[in-house]
Amino acid sequence: MEKGKFSKIYPDAASALFDFKSSMTLMSGGFGLCGIAENCIDALTAMDVKDLKVISNNIGNAGKGLVKILVQGKISKAFCSYVGGNPDLEKLMLAKKIEVELIPQGTFSERIRAGGMGIRGFYTPTGYGTLAAIGKEIKVFDRPCVLELPLNADFAIIKAQKGDPYGNLWFKETARNFSPLMAMAAKVAVVEVEEMVGLGDIKPEDIHLPGIFVQRIFQGKNYKNDIEFEILKDAP
Amino acid sequence: MSWSKEQMADEVIGLFKKNSTVNLGIGLPSLVADRLPLDLNIMIQSENGILGVGERPTKKTFSPTLINAGKETITAVPGTSFFDSALSFGMIRGGHIDYSVLGGMEVDVSGNLANWMVPGSKITGMGGAMDLVNGSKNIIIMMTHFNKSGECKLKKSCDLPLTGLSVVDLVVTELGIFKPNKKNFEVIKLADGINDADLKLP
Repeated sequence: MEKGKFSKIYPDAASALFDFKSSMTLMSGGFGLCGIAENCIDALTAMDVKDLKVISNNIGNAGKGLVKILVQGKISKAFCSYVGGNPDLEKLMLAKKIEVELIPQGTFSERIRAGGMGIRGFYTPTGYGTLAAIGKEIKVFDRPCVLELPLNADFAIIKAQKGDPYGNLWFKETARNFSPLMAMAAKVAVVEVEEMVGLGDIKPEDIHLPGIFVQRIFQGKNYKNDIEFEILKDAP
Repeated sequence: MSWSKEQMADEVIGLFKKNSTVNLGIGLPSLVADRLPLDLNIMIQSENGILGVGERPTKKTFSPTLINAGKETITAVPGTSFFDSALSFGMIRGGHIDYSVLGGMEVDVSGNLANWMVPGSKITGMGGAMDLVNGSKNIIIMMTHFNKSGECKLKKSCDLPLTGLSVVDLVVTELGIFKPNKKNFEVIKLADGINDADLKLP
């Protein structure tokens, strides 16, 4: 196969999200602001969509990332694990202006993994005896466990460091987090990359996510790569 | 004299066995990373996807994609691995982490922990805490002894929504080290000059 013979390449975020619509379920990769799909999020701020169900660990943070579409009122329901650091979301939650399902982070990632892997449910000790287990089936193995169900989405927006035209991806350092799982669990995974490389440029052994899980890919631009807490050894 | 935050971190470190793997929570527990002696051979896991958290970076070496679960810049030690969140929590849920050090709002005599929300006023979310307390081999809570109203955070029974049921092994506060043993808190160690009367334990 020759370089560039695949139809997965799009020119930019807006074109890759052309059929994204209101009321859809969206997964968004990133841990806090680390590894978020900046171009796709910016494109969503300009789109006329509403009533979105968003699955993301933090729904943005510190006024940035997905907070941009949160404050536009485009999100009706959020699935996340941690909102400390996201005062906009905490405020909306306390005022009951948004529906939020808080999910333990390991259960959150495993539910997304299950969604992509065809697993219909799994039992975990996490959350037993807490609000996170309310209304869920409990089964006793070596100890009581909670039945958790998979999460899937219409779209996932993902950022990777490198990607090729087939959609094979390579993530940098801790920017991987939920992104490969979300790409697997979404019908349409839209990936933006810092470096579009040729087929074979990422060694097959080094591919973090095989391209079968990626439907659309484009060369991103103008990355900010915001740091939430820059703590340095040589600066106060 | 009660312990400083740094002394609390050193007390936590004193509880670790050599060659173990440790996960450190957000807030007070993150101090532990900066004070770990190298000869303990401890690997630090952070649930956002790294096994091998190192010291703080410099202006020259920092990377926006290299952070811990507190979203703070870090470095990676030689031998580090990076992975996705499902694998990270597989390490945690699967019982491969030796010690987990977490912050706390309340701990009770049954070893119940509350640390993720105050109904009506504060929601941080549980993040990875519910997975950590149910998966790691040893759970150490590192927290201040009293809340802002001066009430002891070591209680007969937690009032706040729980993070985990009967999960806490030890509590390290500025006044000492305590072990919940169903009926009360056993005093394992006290800071110099601290008396039982100072503790206000249930």
